[in-house]
Amino acid sequence: MNIAMLVFIACSVMAIVGALALILAREPVHSALALVLVMISLAILYLLLGAAFIAAIQILVYAGAIMVLFVFVIMLLNAGEEVRTNVSRLAKWVGLPLGIFFLLEMAYSLFREYGGRAALAGGTAAPVPASTRDLSMKLFTEFVLPFELTSILILIAVLGALVLAKRES
Amino acid sequence: MEFVTHHPVLVVSLIKIAIALFVVMTALAYLTWFERKVVARIQSRWGPYWVGPHGLLQPLADGIKFLFKEDIVPPAADKISYVLAPFLALALALTTLALIPIGPATISILGQPTQLVISHSNVALILLFAISSIGIYAVVLAGWSSNSKYPLMGGLRSSAQMISYEVSLTLSVVGVLLIAGSFDFYDIVGGQSGHWVHVIPKWHIFPQILGFICYLTAAIAETNRVPFDLPEAETELVAGFHTEYSSFKFAMFFMAEYANMITVSCLATLLFLGGWLSPFPETGAWRWQLYLPAAGLIIAGIGLIVGGLRGVQLSAKLVFPVLGIVCLGVGYLCTLPGVMPVIQGPFWFTAKVFFLLFFYVWARGTLPRFRYDQLMSFGWKFLLPLSLINLVVTSLVVVLRLR
Amino acid sequence: MNGSYLDSYAPLLLMFLLAAGLAAVLIIASSVVGRHLKVRAKDQPYECGIRPTGDAREPYSVHFYMVAMIFILFDIEAIFLYPWAIVFKQLNMFGFVEMLLYIAILVVGYIYLWKKGALEWK
Repeated sequence: MNIAMLVFIACSVMAIVGALALILAREPVHSALALVLVMISLAILYLLLGAAFIAAIQILVYAGAIMVLFVFVIMLLNAGEEVRTNVSRLAKWVGLPLGIFFLLEMAYSLFREYGGRAALAGGTAAPVPASTRDLSMKLFTEFVLPFELTSILILIAVLGALVLAKRES
Repeated sequence: MEFVTHHPVLVVSLIKIAIALFVVMTALAYLTWFERKVVARIQSRWGPYWVGPHGLLQPLADGIKFLFKEDIVPPAADKISYVLAPFLALALALTTLALIPIGPATISILGQPTQLVISHSNVALILLFAISSIGIYAVVLAGWSSNSKYPLMGGLRSSAQMISYEVSLTLSVVGVLLIAGSFDFYDIVGGQSGHWVHVIPKWHIFPQILGFICYLTAAIAETNRVPFDLPEAETELVAGFHTEYSSFKFAMFFMAEYANMITVSCLATLLFLGGWLSPFPETGAWRWQLYLPAAGLIIAGIGLIVGGLRGVQLSAKLVFPVLGIVCLGVGYLCTLPGVMPVIQGPFWFTAKVFFLLFFYVWARGTLPRFRYDQLMSFGWKFLLPLSLINLVVTSLVVVLRLR
Repeated sequence: MNGSYLDSYAPLLLMFLLAAGLAAVLIIASSVVGRHLKVRAKDQPYECGIRPTGDAREPYSVHFYMVAMIFILFDIEAIFLYPWAIVFKQLNMFGFVEMLLYIAILVVGYIYLWKKGALEWK
């Protein structure tokens, strides 16, 4: 058991607990906070995999920007505590078993592919640090078109936000 | 002992972190003292004077007082978020300091060679921004969880202000990155060594003066300091997002604010002011500069002894000469051949950070506060375009000089 | 712990744990050490001495939402500029033109926001 493994397990547990809390929490702000926790745990997992840059971006964009908007919207709508309803029959008899089935299937195929513990330990112990420079070079030469298209995407988002806000006020 | 041999890096880091936390907590405490003294001088007052000689024990007294105050949690508050807010504020503010290097030297702790930084990352800059970007939740949560009108208003205003200026802050730094071509602070500072026409240091502040101004303005707004301290506008919002806080939780917001001040000053020093580099050339004729740290400490020591003995307060007469002798001792240590090269980096780094912190306090003592609508339009309509223009012009110059 | 890669980030995590520990100790210490005296008036939300009326969590200006939205968009733009800046010298003129185009498209959106008064604070 090395420290990387320890951090991996801690972050995985944190991510799962955060995801559960997100669903189970009644106060919307608590749900949002739980999602922030999930984002941060994922970022640390990226860090363990050798992608420090992506980890930083994950926190900067998701935890530091998008979730702030979520929290603002929750506060703007003044959403109170959720009211529990009974689980719908469809979810109870079809959704739940299907979810569990997919989870087991995923676990089984991953286990068969990587052979369980040994591979997990090997996978987290020696990450190959990704070069931020190579990543950037690829992004701005090979993938220049998708990159330019993001600016149009952002432009459309600006227009959309404005239209929505104007209609509300 | 087995742990030490198996995880030397962790043990060495633990020692470095302990030292760093001690130094930073002390610096935080004395920054409040320094601020009160300087603002007092600007306003022709004395400032803290009676707790210890020249009020030197005032921060300690404040801390103890905060600790013994009643810790009220309003029954209407959302308990989890209410406690989480000050916790996040302080923990994150302190964590960012781990990425700040203070000198180029490699020292040896427990026989392990190690650098003068806790975590040397090659994406340090962006990681630092990432960690500090989570700090906004402290403000939002503090305002929201209190379940009271003034904190909610203050928290919203404060967080809206922080995100507005965060854009300008991140954009203003891109100019430096264009020149340096790296996120690693060691590379960024290393690229600033050398001099133009033998006298002007090649610091980024000279080609990036516009970026520096944008950065400094946005940084003051980010840390919610005067003249951008709208969230704490006493005349309108009582105390802003931490109105409902008491005892040490209240103090923690201030500790976080001062820690953030130190972080942004360190960042400004690394990015624009040449970090730990000396402003003087490193030729033989300038060798005397190596004795500057020692000389500064010895002059301070003599000043403390003479001033203390001539002082009015009895406590000053007793304490200042002792402090002076300590200064003389440390000053002598700085002349030892083993210590002298190591101390140069931290000396210049600290001097520059101190100057920026003084600038902060100076601004607080001088400038009036913005109105909220002025503040928001200043950020979006002036600072943002300005940093974009700086960015485009810088990239144009860099690309033309490559030809 | 192996490899210099994790060596540079493990201390960061350690720093966070210790800083968090310090913060937690301060919070717990202050709630233990300080005396507690229950008074009804103390428990009320602070409202300058006036009796508090209504719920504090009232819906507020849609403008805060607008600011958060614009912030995300410009933040994403800024984040794209970071990796671009460090390889700029290799990309040379190509990099300059491609970013100029990118910024130009976003400036259109910015001008639109300005003209529509979304940057105005009322």
